[in-house]
Amino acid sequence: MNKTNLERLILLSRIDSHPILGELDINKEVTLMIDGEVCKAYEGDMIASAMYANGKRVFRYTKKFHKPRGLFCAIGKCTDCIMTVNGVPNIRTCITPVEDGMIIETQEGLGQWERSEGL
Amino acid sequence: MIHKEIVIVGGGPAGLSAGIEAAKYGAEVLIIDENHLVGGQLFKQIHKFFGSREHKAGMRGFSIGRDLLEEINKSENIELWLNSEVIGINKEKELLVVPKDQGVVEIKAEKIILATGAIEKSIYFPGWDLPGVMGAGAAQTMMNVHRILPGKKVLMIGSGNVGVIISYQMIQGGAEVVGILEASSTLGGYGVHTAKVTRAGVPFYRPYTIKRAIGEDCVEGAEIVQIDSQWQPVEGTEVILEVDLICMATGFNPLTELAWMSGCQFTYIPELGGQVPTHNDRLETTVKGIYIAGDISGIEEASTAMEEGKLAGVHAAHSLGYLSKEKEKVERNKIWERLNDLRSGPMDIKRKNGKELMFLKYNEGCIND
Ligand SMILES: Cc1cc2nc3c(=O)[nH]c(=O)nc-3n(C[C@H](O)[C@H](O)[C@H](O)COP(=O)(O)OP(=O)(O)OC[C@H]3O[C@@H](n4cnc5c(N)ncnc54)[C@H](O)[C@@H]3O)c2cc1C
Ligand code: FES
Repeated sequence: MNKTNLERLILLSRIDSHPILGELDINKEVTLMIDGEVCKAYEGDMIASAMYANGKRVFRYTKKFHKPRGLFCAIGKCTDCIMTVNGVPNIRTCITPVEDGMIIETQEGLGQWERSEGL
Repeated sequence: MIHKEIVIVGGGPAGLSAGIEAAKYGAEVLIIDENHLVGGQLFKQIHKFFGSREHKAGMRGFSIGRDLLEEINKSENIELWLNSEVIGINKEKELLVVPKDQGVVEIKAEKIILATGAIEKSIYFPGWDLPGVMGAGAAQTMMNVHRILPGKKVLMIGSGNVGVIISYQMIQGGAEVVGILEASSTLGGYGVHTAKVTRAGVPFYRPYTIKRAIGEDCVEGAEIVQIDSQWQPVEGTEVILEVDLICMATGFNPLTELAWMSGCQFTYIPELGGQVPTHNDRLETTVKGIYIAGDISGIEEASTAMEEGKLAGVHAAHSLGYLSKEKEKVERNKIWERLNDLRSGPMDIKRKNGKELMFLKYNEGCIND
């Protein structure tokens, strides 16, 4: 996706001002690597909200039929939104906060452990 | 193994109220929640509550959540473990907890209160598993907690309170609600909420259902169809709507895994949301010392969840000797008065009957034992 398109999507999905909740309190910006692409999110974002904010809806593909999956319950109960995070597969992205420098990957099937030093 | 007096699983309105109540009488309480903050579903509820003043009517969920948090932080008897998932439990009231990045911790509790809440129910249609089809509550969570609008053109399935309230919140968040589907020929929500979305120009389709979600990698549209009195699709009535989000507001199921694991008995009561741990009017299950409160004991609302939490909290504290039999009875009656009040609306009668049936089942079980 070219930059302007991406920026447009980001603009469209962040709710900056809200009639009841007011203006968005912008927290510190963090940098994530999503499938090799440098992306921005805010501290306090869940990985799933950072995905949406960056225009991404597909979080993983199923093992047998390679069907796309994404956010479904958003409260950590259905495991539809799992991704590989810092080399650890099956992380529920809807209840896992982002951290600066996080490496997030679309998960294929059941995923694979690629534990690196220090994790 | 760590020893604790009262362990509460789940820090939603039910769990927090249970903790505050039990701690008030001197009991030592540990509240465990797998989220990074407590409040459960409260922080996404930005509409005004119904009920009497005592039930915080007119207040919005998130400000009630903030008040509860303040009380929790003030209390010296309450300990809070966040980012911690409870994955095991047994009849001896031993719990297995996985705090984030810390391996596994075992806890032996004197009393346990399960307040794990509920999960949204799905309906199944071709394409229901495409990204862009989600629970209405999931969309609500994204908007009101994470400040993300998960779609710009939305189809809502279900015209009950959840469907209409969240449709209105989608509009507040900046989306267009293309339509609300209702399979029954009557609308399900309270008049006030239904009127709000009607005024906003949202069309209701009824009696209609969804035939399929359209799209390759994500939702790009939805085909809807009218149904007859036998709930069969009426040929020729299909309409294709261009949407990028399909939300299901089709009910909730109590989240009961831990209750099953603990070995307590269950009773099937559809009015309460299906299989529910059998419990008495003190919210104790058939495993002595294990209580339930909130949506796990029957799907209701945050206001009833808070009262139920107090009920379980009072009785757990009493059974540990923190308040006398007489005092417990006085407090219990007060809470029951408020609960009955909350369950007195025309739409609440089913739940009230469901609860009464439940207590009957519990007592029958005791007699058979
Ligand atoms: C997505 C969603 C949206 C809703 N929106 C509304 C609304 O707008 N208005 C309304 O009146 N009602 C709404 N409801 C109904 C709502 O459930 C009640 O209003 C109320 O929040 C129930 O309170 P509770 O304390 O029983 O459960 P919850 O508020 O759901 O709290 C349960 C808590 O338990 C934690 N938990 C669960 N299992 C474990 C475990 N194994 N280990 C550790 N922690 C655990 C969860 O993380 C959660 O914080 C909604 C429900 C859902 C699921
Ligand atoms: S969307 Fe259900 S667990 Fe994340």
